[in-house]
This record gives sequence, C-alpha cells and structure tokens, in this order.
Amino acid sequence: MKNQTAKKLLFAAFGLCALLLGQSVLAVEIQSLRGENAIDETTEVPEVKRYNKDGQPLPRNYVLQPPLIPHKIDGYEVTVKHNKCLSCHSWKNYRRHHATKISQTHFQSRDGVVLANVSARRYFCLQCHVPQTNALPLVDNTFEPVESVSSW
Amino acid sequence: MAKRNIAIGTLLVGMVLGVIFWGGFNWAMELTNNEQFCISCHEMRDNVYAEYKGRIHDLNRTGVRATCPDCHVPKEWIYKIKRKIQASNELYHKVMGSIDTREKFEAKRLELARHVWKTMKETDSRECRNCHEYGSMDYMAQGRRARREHQEGLDAGKTCIDCHKGIAHQLPDMSEDDPSAVLAVHPEDKTGE
Repeated sequence: MKNQTAKKLLFAAFGLCALLLGQSVLAVEIQSLRGENAIDETTEVPEVKRYNKDGQPLPRNYVLQPPLIPHKIDGYEVTVKHNKCLSCHSWKNYRRHHATKISQTHFQSRDGVVLANVSARRYFCLQCHVPQTNALPLVDNTFEPVESVSSW
Repeated sequence: MAKRNIAIGTLLVGMVLGVIFWGGFNWAMELTNNEQFCISCHEMRDNVYAEYKGRIHDLNRTGVRATCPDCHVPKEWIYKIKRKIQASNELYHKVMGSIDTREKFEAKRLELARHVWKTMKETDSRECRNCHEYGSMDYMAQGRRARREHQEGLDAGKTCIDCHKGIAHQLPDMSEDDPSAVLAVHPEDKTGE
C-alpha cells in the first residue's frame, strides 16, 4: 500500500518534469527532415541519387572513421559462403588488385581471440563501410577533425 | 525425256522435303532453347532462375537481357547440337530427382558450378563473347578498376570466367578457391564438431 503511494508520487513528479520540458522544447522551431508536409500528404519525390563513379580512396573525416567505399558495389554479395569485397580487399588478394587491405582488427572475435579469417562481427562490410552518392548533406554541420591526428 | 522429268521431280521434292525436315528439326530444337522451356522444370525455376532474377543480365538500364540459353547453349550449330545431346544427362538426373529439393541443390552446387566454369574456360568463355568482345571494349569508358583489371587480364591470357564467377547465380562455398574471402571459423566451433 505504501509502495503504491510512492509510485503515484513518482509518476506525478515525472509528469511535471515532462510538462516543463515539453514547454521549453516547443519554444524551438522543430522541422523534420520530411519538410513541412502534413503527415497525411504525399511528399514530393526526391531526386534519384546515383552512386559515384570509381575514384581514388576518399579522405577520412575523423580518426578511426571506417573508410568509405570509393567505387560502385552493384551486385557484390556478402554471404555466409563468400565475401565479394574480400576477393579484392583480403590480405591475400589486395596487392594483386591494387586495393586497400582489410584491417587486422577485423580478425578478432568478440572475446579477443585472433582468428585465421575475418571474424563474424566484422564480416558484413556494409555495416560500417558505405559507398557514396551525389547527395548533399541534409543537415549542415561545422565539425572539424583534430589537426594533429588527421592524415589528409 | 520422261526419265529426266522424274529425276528433276525427285530432286525438287527432295529439296522441298529437305527444307521442311531440316527446318522442322531446327524449329523443334529452338523450342527447347528459351527461358520459358528452361524454367518449366522447378529445379531451374526455384534455384538458378530465382537467383538470376534482378541481376544484371536480367534487369538493367537498357533492358537488354541474356536469358538461360544465351549463356548456357552455344550459338554455333555444331556446338549447339553437342550441348543438346549432353542435355540428355540432365533429363536423366531430372528423372532421378538428383536436385529436386533446395537442400540437394545446395549440396551439389559447387560440383555443378565447376562443370560450367570448366566448360567456359575450355571454350575461352565463348558464350560471354557472343556479346562481350575484348577487342570491342573501350577501356576509357570503364571505371578505373575495370580498366586496369581487364588490361592485366588480357595480358595474362585470362578468360572472362576466371574472374566473373557468380554473376548470374549465387556462388557456392568458395573456401577452396579463395580461403581468404570467407567467414572465420572460431576455434571453439571447430573443436565442437
């Protein structure tokens, strides 16, 4: 019984906080990336983006950023049986195909065991590495990397 | 005079019959040489055809398609007949149900793929070259990777299938061909077997 009263009090306190917070948030103009369209209206179809043509490796924007893919990857499959990316980027193949080699960090299992091949947790390349399109940033940002650790 | 007429008559009839039989034979063979015929067997429709759908030779910018026989049956008549005779082995396995489930097909995938790769290697990828001719490739229109790889490949005497495997269908387990491009096996999993 006592517990329930405490619970109710806690909820009331949360409610008050939320109300106060809500008012301060409302004061800021909020616009979703969808634009000012009403939720039940159809938005204008955005221009179709195209993947960039093959190019030189792209500079990293910050330390430890997964390198971007500077080429098209149409039809490249990564399955349990075979990884198309690794047919050029593996340690065995990268020299022959003039490709960037996969980082050694990718060979570690989650328990820190170093394996003979790419670990399952790093096997699905596109989770981190992505190709680029001609799209412009949706939101401006003024991020600048620390100069002393930038190599570009 | 009558003898000569009979001779000419026989010749003409022979020619007409020849054209009819020859044309009929070719017509019947061509009936077995299109996509619809190939996927009338569920082994083809549910496995290799399902995988081919949406890939570059089925779906692309200009709508030019390469269907099953374009890659798997030679165009030149003598090679075509040879391939069609070989197909009787496929009929045998159809009856035996060698790959009548997905599991059976997956178990045989590497072996089947190797048959096709071997043939393509032996013919210098003849069926690819019906459309893709090395001599007609404009390297300057290609991406920087393709430009280099194609020229190096040509110099090294490679043929299309040496690099372009798994273009139209899923690849089998490639760990024997390239052990560096497969998923690592955790030592604990190994001992657990």
